[in-house]
Amino acid sequence: MSIAAARPALFLSSTRLLQPWPGLKCTVYKLKSPAVFCQREKSSYTPPPAKYGGRHTVTLIPGDGIGPELLNHVRELFRFCCVPVDFEVVSVNSAASSEDDINNAVTAIKRNGVALKGNIETNHNLPPSYKSRNNLLRTSLDLYANVMHCQSLPGVPSHHKDIDVIIIRENTEGEYSSLEHENVSGVVESLKIITRVNSLRIAEYAFNLAREKGRRKVTAVHKANIMKLGDGLFLQCCKEVAAGYPDITFDDMIVDNSTMQLVSKPQQFDLMVMPNLYGNVVSNVCAGLVGGPGLVPGVNYGKDYAVFESATRNTGKSIANKNIANPTATLLAGCVMLDHLKLHAYARMIRKAVLKTLSETQLQTADLGGQCTTSEMVHSIMQEIQRGGPRTSGQI
Amino acid sequence: MIMATLTKALKPILGRQLGNAAKVFGAAVSNQRGKPTYTGQIIPPPAKYGGRHTVALIPGDGIGPELLSHVRELFRFSCVPVDFEVVNVNSSLTSEDDIKNAIMAIRRNGVALKGNIETNHIMPPNHKSRNNLLRTSLDLYANVMHCQSLPGVQTRHKNIDIIIIRENTEGEYSSLEHESVSGVVECLKIITRTNSLRIADYAFKLAREKGRRRVTAVHKANIMKLGDGLFLQCCKEVASGYPDIEFDSMIVDNTTMQLVSKPQQFDVMVMPNLYGNVVSNVCAGLVGGPGLVPGANYGRDYAVFETATRNTGKSIANRNIANPTAMLLASCLMLDHLKLYDYATMIRGAILTTMNKTRLHTVDIGGQGTTSEVVQSIMRNIESGGPLTTEI
Repeated sequence: MSIAAARPALFLSSTRLLQPWPGLKCTVYKLKSPAVFCQREKSSYTPPPAKYGGRHTVTLIPGDGIGPELLNHVRELFRFCCVPVDFEVVSVNSAASSEDDINNAVTAIKRNGVALKGNIETNHNLPPSYKSRNNLLRTSLDLYANVMHCQSLPGVPSHHKDIDVIIIRENTEGEYSSLEHENVSGVVESLKIITRVNSLRIAEYAFNLAREKGRRKVTAVHKANIMKLGDGLFLQCCKEVAAGYPDITFDDMIVDNSTMQLVSKPQQFDLMVMPNLYGNVVSNVCAGLVGGPGLVPGVNYGKDYAVFESATRNTGKSIANKNIANPTATLLAGCVMLDHLKLHAYARMIRKAVLKTLSETQLQTADLGGQCTTSEMVHSIMQEIQRGGPRTSGQI
Repeated sequence: MIMATLTKALKPILGRQLGNAAKVFGAAVSNQRGKPTYTGQIIPPPAKYGGRHTVALIPGDGIGPELLSHVRELFRFSCVPVDFEVVNVNSSLTSEDDIKNAIMAIRRNGVALKGNIETNHIMPPNHKSRNNLLRTSLDLYANVMHCQSLPGVQTRHKNIDIIIIRENTEGEYSSLEHESVSGVVECLKIITRTNSLRIADYAFKLAREKGRRRVTAVHKANIMKLGDGLFLQCCKEVASGYPDIEFDSMIVDNTTMQLVSKPQQFDVMVMPNLYGNVVSNVCAGLVGGPGLVPGANYGRDYAVFETATRNTGKSIANRNIANPTAMLLASCLMLDHLKLYDYATMIRGAILTTMNKTRLHTVDIGGQGTTSEVVQSIMRNIESGGPLTTEI
């Protein structure tokens, strides 16, 4: 890691030289010398190197429903703030049965390292061989950790106050393995896969993040009283990892009790780690508690790649193109992405403007009970940024 | 009666093949309990001599024993014609004899009232959950939970009235897991056509009976296309036979989010086992907690009543602070099932008066009362209703 940091120019040039032969890249590196290896293969993630001129390239997948319009707003806002990010747009047609589109998107993300996406619709009426495109993307890129930071935002009406929960959800296996079969007619077996390797990995990630963010307690959510081997393995892996972090309290809770506690006393939770399906349910419950699906951004982290989207992954077909969708989740996801690319000043600027606009009730969209349209809200965010003063020359 | 004795006589001889034998000998030789009425309701077991029913009572662990003794105390006080046959199940033993005795007692009596039996995680995987064993052996395929906002209880959401019907025997709770490769565990989630049709049928019949307008199926068919896809398809097929009832479906993550923001939109919900577990706990949390909602497990021939969220409550056991409402309301459901409607109405009325008018609440809903104080208050309410025992 230190070698790479000390001689970045050398690495960049050797990367560019070898780029025309993508197939040879990794092999050549290994033969040459251990020092010449891809910056991405290191254990702590470093963002992809900025391209020429200091501008990053990020893959943008519009998706369906409200995705395209909200991502347009993101691009508009980034252009307005002069954020040094270029978007490479890759469209994925959810109605096509061939997997070429999603494979292109995956290749683009492998190339750029970072992506911002809208949700791609999965039509139930298509045959079972048609896999969920979002799921394919996550498993191909091995984005094993889904992180959702749920915070009560001031000014947003909700039944509960002072919620601050980080939910870490295993993103690649569990119930979402898409392995099902019908051996006997009328009897379907769905396989839920839990592996030791992935459970250890997600638990490590959770405890690392907890330590990084100064969190005191990690709660594992499971159903090990019924699924003894499966969730029992998950729980055991969490306990093993917890032993290596004595400064962080670890406890576990069964998923039904967790959801009941979340609904009555969500303030008791700090950081929660869980397998895929429980993560889905719990993150949606938390999103509902802080004000709805339009407010919370979510991130999918892998060893080499990161994909940013709204936490609850809604397509929002019924409100598409009506200019009433809440852009907050997508804009905050954009901010998290800027933090990831180490453009912290831009991230802070945009996030502050978004939260300030949100706390004014007359500028809230319909899902929060307001009357504002999406474009009005984005416009007022831009005004708020402008009011902050000329940033491009000053603080970056 | 003759048929019942004939079946009982054949049982030891034929054992497991009884089902086939019954089909062979003719539809006439069938247990009276299995005969559904035209609405599909099961007939309660016949009252024993003297008009008194016998009900199996499984105390369970944690707060179960103390709450069930309060139930017995209350029934004795109200002169309810029910005798309890107590069957203890020791959850720390590895042998399955205890639970088998309990199952036999329930088969004998037809109805049971139970507390939750603890499942210790530390035990080896072949030690199956006792509650689950009970449900699958007796084929109690429908778990019904009626979630209602009680006016006297402080909650963030008002006017909730949801019936949750959860498939109770298959799905993720099949306890079929294996570790073919070291470090890789496969859990099988089983969805079958027959069980899905059965639970959907039950849901629509119940909706019609109770005059409900809409049934919502909760699923995750975008990911589990074959499994939940089959469940959803079965629900749609059954829905087409009930044109007066509206049917829609919702994905489980969206459902939980909607429940937390706008629970008043839901009417009747039907779903497979695991989603049922989560959704029923969310709803219980919304109306005030696990101490308030009763649950019933119905099968073709048997019915078992318990609290809806099946909590053992180990941390509050024997401290006289547990909320007896859920267990008492479960016993009222049992009385309704045994067609002792007057007693059920009387006890339920007294419980709701204590909850809403007197507002004597236990700690879990923000009050100061102890369990025995609440039960005493309920008994006083029954007494003040006048001498009912002579009128019934």
